Amino acid sequence: MLRHVTNRILGQGLRLPATPAAVGGSGLPRMYHERVVDHYNQPRNVGSFDKNDEDVGTGLVGAPACGDVMKLQIKVDDETGKIVDACFKTFGCGSAIASSSLATEWVKGRKMEEVLTIKNTEIAKHLSLPPVKLHCSMLAEDAIKAAVKDYEDKHSK
Amino acid sequence: MYKLQTVHVQVPAEHNPNANLPNRENLITATMASKHLATSIRRFFRKPPAGTTLIHRHSLSTAAVAAAIEPLEEDSNGVTMKGVKISGRPLYLDMQATSPVDPRVLDAMLPYYLSRYGNPHSRTHLYGWESENAVESGRAQVAALINASPKEIIFTSGATESNNISTKGVMHFYKDKKRHVITTQTEHKCVLDSCRHLQQEGFDVTYLPVNPDGLVDLEKLRESIRPDTGLISVMMVNNEIGVIQPMEEIGKICKEFNVPLHTDAAQALGKIPIDVDTMNISLMSLSGHKIYGPKGIGALYMRRRPRIRVEPQMNGGGQERGIRSGTVPTPLVVGFGAACELAMKEMEYDDKRIKALQERLLNGIREKIDGVVVNGSTEKRYAGNLNLSFAYVEGESLLMGLKEVAVSSGSACTSASLEPSYVLRALGVDEDMAHTSIRYGIGRFTTEGEIDRAVELTVNQVEKLREMSPLYEMVKEGIDIKSIQWSQH
Repeated sequence: MLRHVTNRILGQGLRLPATPAAVGGSGLPRMYHERVVDHYNQPRNVGSFDKNDEDVGTGLVGAPACGDVMKLQIKVDDETGKIVDACFKTFGCGSAIASSSLATEWVKGRKMEEVLTIKNTEIAKHLSLPPVKLHCSMLAEDAIKAAVKDYEDKHSK
Repeated sequence: MYKLQTVHVQVPAEHNPNANLPNRENLITATMASKHLATSIRRFFRKPPAGTTLIHRHSLSTAAVAAAIEPLEEDSNGVTMKGVKISGRPLYLDMQATSPVDPRVLDAMLPYYLSRYGNPHSRTHLYGWESENAVESGRAQVAALINASPKEIIFTSGATESNNISTKGVMHFYKDKKRHVITTQTEHKCVLDSCRHLQQEGFDVTYLPVNPDGLVDLEKLRESIRPDTGLISVMMVNNEIGVIQPMEEIGKICKEFNVPLHTDAAQALGKIPIDVDTMNISLMSLSGHKIYGPKGIGALYMRRRPRIRVEPQMNGGGQERGIRSGTVPTPLVVGFGAACELAMKEMEYDDKRIKALQERLLNGIREKIDGVVVNGSTEKRYAGNLNLSFAYVEGESLLMGLKEVAVSSGSACTSASLEPSYVLRALGVDEDMAHTSIRYGIGRFTTEGEIDRAVELTVNQVEKLREMSPLYEMVKEGIDIKSIQWSQH
């Protein structure tokens, strides 16, 4: 009975996916969640707005040397403060493309203050990113914040 | 109630409430329980070995799936594996990783599995004698391909083992007089790792840099030779970029300074002409599964005049002249020998054909897209290895879209890690280009249709990814990427 209790406790403690499978270099094969593959095959909102446009905010984060560059653009409605459209371009692995594609989906139709609360952990959970790819979701969060900041900078002048 | 594997703790039956047990048993149960808890915790945090399954009541889907071997689902609609669905098996363009076994080789091997299955070291009966005969003729076939004598061929389990015997075995044998090893930065991992091991034992190792085209600088090689240099190791054909090193010139330098030359010829055997005398090679590692032979067999060539000595890495019954103990696997040796004989006959024909296919591949891709860079020298390279970098496109995302073509990025040994390949780094490739390299391997059985389809798929994927790439957009607008200050995080 004690064994049962022990295992119950440990079992629940490990509910969060400790995925040993995706540690780079461990020798175990990597798996892409089907949502990542879906975003890769049909990316939503690829494209570009004119960055000199008044209601466009552009966030450019990352570095080619690190292997990841994301550009996220938002088109904001001045009166309501809502994001009416978003698009992205990414140089990076499948997880990076999926993270930024998902970010553009999530910011559409939301207010600017709201999107600042989007956390990288939510993006990672939605795409089931393995631990080694968490920096892609981090970069997506940074890209959203940078885009919002750019828009605010334009309008504070 | 689920069980952890290999838990041997015998807890008294779970239906028995512990309060009713006499005190002594309570104590035992308590200690057992705490021990059990400790081992359970330890076991959960240790990585489960591949292939074991955790029988679990709760659905730890990701952990359980990670631990279990995922089966390949094949049905009439296609193949599904790792969340990707493709129609049929992919085109195989990864010949540097391994090659399919030639059906003629398999024909030669089968009798030695089914009817002539004796151990070649059994001296007392027909099974042993015929097995030994087969091993000796396999040995002669391998020797003929490199212009050596059969007495100079030792069979091993593969080129990795031969490399280990060559580097560590030679240096351990001559450790009193010779303390220095010279090798290159683009060697195979097993040579580099053996050298690292030697460094930990106290030897000195020089890792020579290579030119941007991948070739060794002969002047630098000359300068780094010391009086106590015991071995120079340079691979003949690089497995990642396919460049052919100038073995004859290197052999001349080694002869001049009287230093033994070892070369890893796993990728070169049967593809370019090899002559151990003109190249002055003392030790050579050979591999069976790169020339359409079976996996699990390789050979080590050891020169007899002047004799090179090694310390054996495998101790045992003294087989293979005491250099490599262990039963020689007759069917694998027969297969290796047959593969070598076929290679000797068909080398020229294969070479012509593969060169034409390589041109078809490269021109096909270059016609449709620009910004394609060939890694490594274009003249001194083996035709069947084409390593390309596509500018502004990241390698892993390209591979994700090329699931219908089996290619690799960098080398198979490093494709599990996320770092750009060390070979490309040694070539001095820019960091943003180092992340994007695809290695196409063309072989005896590759057809023109496969090449055309690979071109089509590659071009489509690269174009699609370039549409998505901010770097490509910037370049199109005329911005110089190198001048931008990137925000690191």
